Amino acid sequence: MSKSNQVLEEITSKEYEHGWTVNLEADEAPKGLSEDIVRFISAKKNEPEWLLEWRLKAFRQWQKMVEPKWPNVTYPAINYQDIIYYSAPKQKVKPTSLEEVDPELIKTFEKLGISLTEQKRLTGVAVDAVIDSVSVATTFKEKLSELGIIFCSFSEAVKEHPELVKKYLGSVVPMTDNYFAALNSAVFSDGSFCYIPKGVRCPMELSTYFRINAANTGQFERTLIVADEGSYVSYLEGCTAPMRDENQLHAAVVELYTMKGAEIKYSTVQNWYPGDKQGKGGIYNFVTKRGLCAGDHSKISWTQVETGSAITWKYPSCVLKGDYSVGEFYSVAVTNNYQQADTGTKMIHIGKNTRSRIVSKGISAGKSQNSYRGQVHVMKRAANARNHSQCDSLLMGDQCGAHTFPYIDVENNSARIEHEATTSKIGEDQIFYCLQRGIDEESAVALIVNGYAKEVLNQLPMEFAVEAQKLLALTLEGSVG
Amino acid sequence: MLSIKNLQAKIGEKQILNGIDLQVNAGEVHAIMGPNGSGKSTLASVLSGREDYEVSGGEVYFLGKDLLELSPEDRAREGIFMAFQYPVEIPGVSTINFMKTALNQIREYRGQQALDAVSFLQLMKEKMKLVEIDQSLLNRSLNEGFSGGEKKRNEIFQMAMLEPKLAILDETDSGLDIDALRIVANGVNKLRTKNNATIVVTHYQRLLDYIVPDYVHVLYKGKIVKSGSKELALELEAKGYDWIKSEATVA
Ligand SMILES: Nc1ncnc2c1ncn2[C@@H]1O[C@H](COP(=O)(O)OP(=O)(O)OP(=O)(O)O)[C@@H](O)[C@H]1O
Ligand SMILES: [Mg+2]
Repeated sequence: MSKSNQVLEEITSKEYEHGWTVNLEADEAPKGLSEDIVRFISAKKNEPEWLLEWRLKAFRQWQKMVEPKWPNVTYPAINYQDIIYYSAPKQKVKPTSLEEVDPELIKTFEKLGISLTEQKRLTGVAVDAVIDSVSVATTFKEKLSELGIIFCSFSEAVKEHPELVKKYLGSVVPMTDNYFAALNSAVFSDGSFCYIPKGVRCPMELSTYFRINAANTGQFERTLIVADEGSYVSYLEGCTAPMRDENQLHAAVVELYTMKGAEIKYSTVQNWYPGDKQGKGGIYNFVTKRGLCAGDHSKISWTQVETGSAITWKYPSCVLKGDYSVGEFYSVAVTNNYQQADTGTKMIHIGKNTRSRIVSKGISAGKSQNSYRGQVHVMKRAANARNHSQCDSLLMGDQCGAHTFPYIDVENNSARIEHEATTSKIGEDQIFYCLQRGIDEESAVALIVNGYAKEVLNQLPMEFAVEAQKLLALTLEGSVG
Repeated sequence: MLSIKNLQAKIGEKQILNGIDLQVNAGEVHAIMGPNGSGKSTLASVLSGREDYEVSGGEVYFLGKDLLELSPEDRAREGIFMAFQYPVEIPGVSTINFMKTALNQIREYRGQQALDAVSFLQLMKEKMKLVEIDQSLLNRSLNEGFSGGEKKRNEIFQMAMLEPKLAILDETDSGLDIDALRIVANGVNKLRTKNNATIVVTHYQRLLDYIVPDYVHVLYKGKIVKSGSKELALELEAKGYDWIKSEATVA
């Protein structure tokens, strides 16, 4: 149809809304990666000896490893020597209040819609904002600390709670887990740390806004969340990034650790710069996210809405070690123009009576490629393991691709594994039905897509769900096929 | 209200409508009958602006506006409603949410404020009663897993919500049991005013016992070959279409 072509044209002409940069006098490491750079980073951050050793060990391992080639994505080779591995906004004295923070930074937060003062208190969100690898401000800390909850930047945790960091760092994602995790372990700059003590239900959503800022700076965030026995926390991660010409590498590591009866709900809305309509620029997002249900009856739930990045390589996973532990993965991944996403999950059943649930909703538009890759592994010991997977793909237009790679590995006969997959197209019939009721085409697409993704969006905390809906609509505006 | 002159339409190379003339005034009910494949749904689609069909001739005026110049959504906003012969499913979108979106876009087009949640709910409750539809159905995904009858009843509910000036019901009676037929017809009758009009496409005289038409037209091979009063429907019921077909061929 001529109309749908014209409409496909329209998506590509939508400019990225968060495309702006902030002039921060960056305090950078020289380009490239070597043991010296690792030492530089560690020294910059006044790290203890053990952490430097840990980084160096990871670096030496990384040098022996090769970049994975199995994901269903293609991109020009990354020159790891052409990346700046450390950059921090300059701050002479550590601020004790917001007034002391660089006003440029405050402006950045405001553009992002984050007010570190009143707004977030009203919405009940504590924000630990990360700009260019260094946490600048943390709010609500006092309120949280009354409950014994630790929520701070990773660097701060290294200083204030070294015993916890030492104990759990790398306990879920070993430094040698994969190429990108090893790289992150060697050069991670900062990130977030969270510890919920025994029996405490965190009363608010904890949230971190990531932002990639200085040109040519790889981002290597590290997040570690530990939920002690019987505790609960819901954690939100949201991202935007300014427009860039060069591709920016991002290789984060997120580790979640739940003890007996504990639960972590981890939600992400990812909206990094996806590249322009020719496929130029955009973020390379190679993330390792994993949760370990260490204790019996513990639960980890991942929810993600992925709309950004040029390339996404991401498999939030659950290792269900405790008996009766539960892992969940809810995902909406949208690709448009030349974006490529290879995302999914791994559910590793080790304990008895473990259960997992996977709901993956892929949406492809433009010339994009969207792959779901999921593994369900039931180990010998895992009697009565249960898994239910549902992988749906929605296609818009006829130049995009959707692929599903489910891997199922069962070593225990009592396991029950169910896998369902569907592929559908947004039908002209559906669109016309909406038009006939007076709904314009863009709203119709938004309505249909949000309906399709509802099961996942419903998992998000309220204010995040609204943001995610808007984002889906924005990403797909006009893409009818 | 609606004035169709010599309307011709085709899909690809296939000519389907071959010069339709039809005049519908406010307050009237017109029934369109005719054998399968004669072009009844096509006419409804062309009027509502489906773009698969290419209008190859003729003109259509609706309330003084050139209908064919309007986009499908603007036609709806001007007051045209079509109850689909085969309503489509929209997973994850409830009828309530769908109606809220539709109603507010229509209101915006007309320069009215969006309905607040309370007024919307009130309106919905009122219309639910009118077409005897259960709220549980309206909370479910639109048409997904609905029975044939439920889909049709839901269409009439939507029509009640949007209060169109011209409603086109495409075989809304098919798939309905006797009770549902009565309920749907009652709903349509209650919505009738002297300011709106209805075009009823049907194969069965039965519906016309409930929704009594002012005019009956027979469509055959993309043309209206006979028009008459409601007695024509009775005649068709008794004699079938053959006599009309031969009449049409002779003429
Ligand atoms: N998309 C299409 N492609 C090709 N032919 C079509 C298409 N849509 C309709 N037609 C043809 O146009 C003619 C009229 O179809 P239409 O659906 O309008 O008939 P109808 O009068 O509504 O029939 P019924 O009583 O069976 O509902 C039929 O021959 C049909 O096959
Ligand atoms: Mg028909």
